[in-house]
Amino acid sequence: MNGAQDLGGQMGFGPIEIEENEPNFHAEWEERAFALTLAMGMTGSWNIDTSRHARETLHPVDYLSSSYYEIWTKGLEKLLLNAGLVSAEELKARAALGPAAPVKRIAKAQDVATILAKGGPADRPETQAARYKVGDKVRTKRMHPEGHTRLPRYARNCIGVIEAVHGVHVFPDSNAAGKGEAPTWLYNVTFKGKDVWGEDSDPTLTLQIDLWEPYLDPA
Amino acid sequence: MSHDHDHDHSELSDIELRVRALETLLTDKGYIDPPALDELIETYETRIGPKNGARVVARSWINPEYRKRLLSDATAAIAEFGFTGRQGEHMVAVENTPETHNMVVCTLCSCYPWTVLGLPPVWYKSAPYRSRAVRDPRGVLAEFGVTLPKETQIKVWDSTAEVRYLVIPMRPVGTDGWSEDKLAELVVRDSMIGTALALDPAKLETAA
Repeated sequence: MNGAQDLGGQMGFGPIEIEENEPNFHAEWEERAFALTLAMGMTGSWNIDTSRHARETLHPVDYLSSSYYEIWTKGLEKLLLNAGLVSAEELKARAALGPAAPVKRIAKAQDVATILAKGGPADRPETQAARYKVGDKVRTKRMHPEGHTRLPRYARNCIGVIEAVHGVHVFPDSNAAGKGEAPTWLYNVTFKGKDVWGEDSDPTLTLQIDLWEPYLDPA
Repeated sequence: MSHDHDHDHSELSDIELRVRALETLLTDKGYIDPPALDELIETYETRIGPKNGARVVARSWINPEYRKRLLSDATAAIAEFGFTGRQGEHMVAVENTPETHNMVVCTLCSCYPWTVLGLPPVWYKSAPYRSRAVRDPRGVLAEFGVTLPKETQIKVWDSTAEVRYLVIPMRPVGTDGWSEDKLAELVVRDSMIGTALALDPAKLETAA
């Protein structure tokens, strides 16, 4: 979706604020928000694409004026509501008002290291042939889906060249919508700066973007 | 900057209450086990961070066979150190050379190679970096104090998928004969994102 999260090429945000010797967390609540989000992810009630979509559907004003872990907290509340794990009344009352819904897993402290070390690989078996090979010229689709997508706006309708074939990966556009993983070929595509930004682009710039087959047409 | 700090602090109380309430609610519902939260925080505070990546890079500097493995299958090469899993499931290592400089961003969210770098700094997740890295990388680099020759090719990797990128900075000159451990001290976090170069060995000597 063309939400506030799609920041590539936007202007006016000012200088980058760099903090020397920055801690992982700037307050205790950030630690808890981080851990709550991961722990709830481990219950298997949604996938990583659903959770990204929950964050990007925040109102643009809210998204851009929230700190990172505020976005995570607000995203988590949405996910909990959408999955039926808590009710709006419970969030408002800040207390449990009814029984819990079943979840697939509740991570215990002793399971954490194993779960993290395993991760959540996104590659899937290659059941169909790849449409493109390294060196093929492609054009990204002109598209503006209202749902989740990982084709950034700045890279739409641009000509590039296949740099690498990563394999078959879960397709976020489908997975975020609860329509299944719909695994498809994932490529790294090289774009010249000027083919994305126009003639006044830095002539030494190339963009390397990971893109799924449905985003690409032959060029 | 004390004003900013006060401002931040007064804003935090709302969110602090909100997060606290959420934790209580989810605990009461039985969806989470609070000691698991402590363990998650502890893991990223003490065990998973940019020192992991620095070891990988340092080894690639002194061991050409390792470097070859890292460039051809980074996930497997990094797993040799035991660094596997969440946000590092599909790793790709990209090497800086005199001709090419690599820089990593996630314009759409905050994708970052946790297994080798830990959790991303605030600037990496912020709108100024995410918006500008893909359009004006030299302007971004200048803010980090890095100026590259004008003919250097710049590759900006936008992490749109579950593939995570680790930049291998160039080995600084004047480090011949250095041990892997000592070299790793030169490999600062930002040099593995591509917004810095590896430390100048002279600076390390001064700091020590």
